[in-house]
This record gives sequence, structure tokens and C-alpha cells, in this order.
Amino acid sequence: MSNDKIGLTLKIWRQPCSHSKGKFETFHVNNISSDMSFLEMLDVLNEHLTLGGKQPVAFDHDCREGICGMCGAVVNGQAHGPEKGTTLCQLHMRHFRNGDTLVIEPFRARAFKVERDLVVNRSPLDKIIQAGGYVSVNTGGAPDGNGVPVAQDTAEQAMDAAACIGCGACVAACPNGSAMLFVGAKVSQLVLLPQGYPERAGRALNMVAEMDELGFGNCGNERECEAVCPKSISIRNIARLNREFFKAALFG
Amino acid sequence: MGTLSKIILSSIGKKSIMAVSGIMLGLFLLVHALGNCTTFFGREAFNSYASHLHSLGCLILFFEVGLVVIFLTHIVLGCMTWWQNKRARPHSYEVYRSSGGRTMGSKTMPYTGIIILFFLFVHLQNFHFTDHSREISAIVKGVLIQPFYAIFYSIAMLALALHISHGFWSMLQSLGINHPKYNSIMQRGTLSLCVVMVAVFVLIPALTLLWPGFLL
Repeated sequence: MSNDKIGLTLKIWRQPCSHSKGKFETFHVNNISSDMSFLEMLDVLNEHLTLGGKQPVAFDHDCREGICGMCGAVVNGQAHGPEKGTTLCQLHMRHFRNGDTLVIEPFRARAFKVERDLVVNRSPLDKIIQAGGYVSVNTGGAPDGNGVPVAQDTAEQAMDAAACIGCGACVAACPNGSAMLFVGAKVSQLVLLPQGYPERAGRALNMVAEMDELGFGNCGNERECEAVCPKSISIRNIARLNREFFKAALFG
Repeated sequence: MGTLSKIILSSIGKKSIMAVSGIMLGLFLLVHALGNCTTFFGREAFNSYASHLHSLGCLILFFEVGLVVIFLTHIVLGCMTWWQNKRARPHSYEVYRSSGGRTMGSKTMPYTGIIILFFLFVHLQNFHFTDHSREISAIVKGVLIQPFYAIFYSIAMLALALHISHGFWSMLQSLGINHPKYNSIMQRGTLSLCVVMVAVFVLIPALTLLWPGFLL
């Protein structure tokens, strides 16, 4: 692995708080190791800003292993940057060249309020989850191992859907600001398994109603969501959500 | 708001009604294209097809009213979703780059839709709300022999092909039809539908303009 050092021009969205007007600010960073992650590069910038007595750029992050769903920004027009199937923290600087200009913006949607700089409030996704309601689980003695048969491919599909980390990149990338891939994944992971199956009808109707209520857009089948999803979740889950919605609306 | 209207006006409800109205419009187009194929067999075949069609009487009226309702449903819901989707991102990105999901067709859906609507008005003006004392082949020839109309019709049909190139597949996805087993057939089906439709619809203005013997 090469250990090159690169210099970049960063055009970053700065906004002091949710109700103030934001604007782009340009920074230059040098000596960035190509082994660094994108967030480490922002750390370097923030150290410089702090030492210079300026406000560091606020951004969300937590595990930095690509599994928590906390980080995310739009880099040069793509949510989580140009690398497929990765979160921003797992995007490494080796994918950029010396002298590149990077435009870094927060995820934008009416439902996602910008709190500060690159930090957006993604609690609307939590509200959709809450609208989904509960899952019945049997209490009492431990159930027999393999007592409830689940076909292997069904389990795999449920697992693929459950890989969703709720980062909101699907909403950010959707030309229509729709949260259908998120809702599709969440509905799918429960409807494919015995746990969650009994409440399927109410869940599909309520989650879709909440999604609409919160101001997300209508799915236009543009497929941008699955292209940027760091967990590569397929829009097959959106088709399943559509089926679940029809079943619930017509027969539920 | 009642439960049913809530479901119909939900995001999935609107898309599914757009999908169903889209299939109906697609079927109409297919029948229209088949009917237009009679022009390739000469003036008499075309005129006799048209007079047979018009002899259906009130059945024609029923289909016309049905078509207007379907078109209006498709257009009204299309406008609603377009407006809501604009509102869903009030602050657009400084830089936007597709990650590879969108196609030429999906990107231009509202615009190709507007072109088709505009074409529809011109088309009805040319052939429906016109003097029907002449035979239909003469009316067609009279309009499409003018280069302006021939080119406008061809461009509108290319817009239609672009609209269907996303619309047909999108309709299946909106109705929940997506499975690795038949996804490739669905995509190939969409492509062949576009090619056939455009071939028929563009050939007629092109032949009228370029081949003096057409429909004689």
C-alpha cells in the first residue's frame, strides 16, 4: 500500500445552527496520508482550525468501522463519497488525488434538519421505526433450537435487509428525498421471519403513513438509493414493501 | 380523511395508481400501434380499418371517456408526486452526481411527460377535431407531409420511448414485481417494447415525408 501524502481543497458547508443561514467555506489541507479515512482527514482539518482559534467543522461519527450508521455527508455530489458499499468513515483518502477539490455537504432533505455544519437530525427515521410498533416475542421457557423452521434463503434475505444501519444515505441520494429503501429494509427484515410476522399489516401501513407525514418524497424508482447504500441493500426490499402495503391495504 | 382516501393518497398508493393507469395507457398505445400498422398495407387497408373502428359507435365513446379519465388520473398523480418530491428537498445540493442508479429515462420523466401531453393536444387537433369529410388517409398525409409536423411527431415519439423506457419497468417495481429470476426479462421486455413502439410510430411520419408513394 502506498503511503502518499496529498493536498486537497475542501469546500465545506458551514452553518452555525439549524435556524441560521449557511454557506460554503473553503479550506486547504496538506500532508494528508492516503491511508487515512475521510473522517481522519476532517480530524486533521479540525485540529488546524482549533489551533488557529476557529470553530472546528461539526460532523457526526461514532464507531468509524462502517457499522453504526452515524457518519455521512455528501462528497462531490455522492452520499458517503465515490466508493461503493462504504460509509464515509470507511472511505479512504487513497481514492482521491493530490490537488482534488472536494465539495462536502450535509445530507439534504426536508425531513432532515441541518443542526450544524455537516450534522443533520435523522430522528425522523426513528419516528418511522416507532410508528412500526412492536414485535410479539414468546416469553417463558427457551424455545427449541430450530423449532421454527426458516428457509435458508429467506433467512439470508432477512439478514440482507437487516444490514441497514439507518445512516440516511438513501434519503440523501434519492432525487425525490424518499425514505423507501430504509422503510423497505425495516419492513422486510421483520416480515420475512416468524418474529414480527403477526404485526405485518399494521406495520406496513403505519410506517408508510409516518414516512409521508414527515415530509419524505415519493419513490420514483430511480435506484440511486441502492447505488449509494453502504450496505448495498437492494430495491427488491422496496418492491416487498409495496406488496406488503397492498396486502395490508386490501386485505389487512 | 377516510381510510381508503388515505391509502390512495399515500406515497405507495399514488405510485400504484400511476402504475395501473400507466399499464392501461401502454395497452392503448399497443393497440394504437397495431392499428397504425395497417398504413403499411396501403391506403385501402388503413381507411377500412378506420371505418370499421368508427362503426363501433357507442363502444368508441365509452373507450374515449375511459381514456380521458385514465390520462387525467396519470397526469394529476404525476403532477402531485412531482410537486411533493420537489418539496421533499427544499435545499438542493451544490454538486450532484448520480451514483449510477438513474437512467436517461428516469431522469426525464416529468419532461417527457409534458412533451407527450403537448403532443397529445396537437395530435387530437390534427386528427380528431378536424374536418372528417375527407378520408382518413388523406388527413394523415395532409398533416405529415409537412416537415414541421413530421419532425415534431418523430421527436414526440422519441420522448414517448424515453418515458416508457423507465415507465414500464417502474410500473412493475411499483406494483411489487421484482425478483432476480425475471428481472433481466423485465428489462429486455421494456427495451423491446420501446423499440417496437418507436419503430411503428416514427416510421409513419418518416415514410409520409420521404416516400411520395406512401398511403396512395
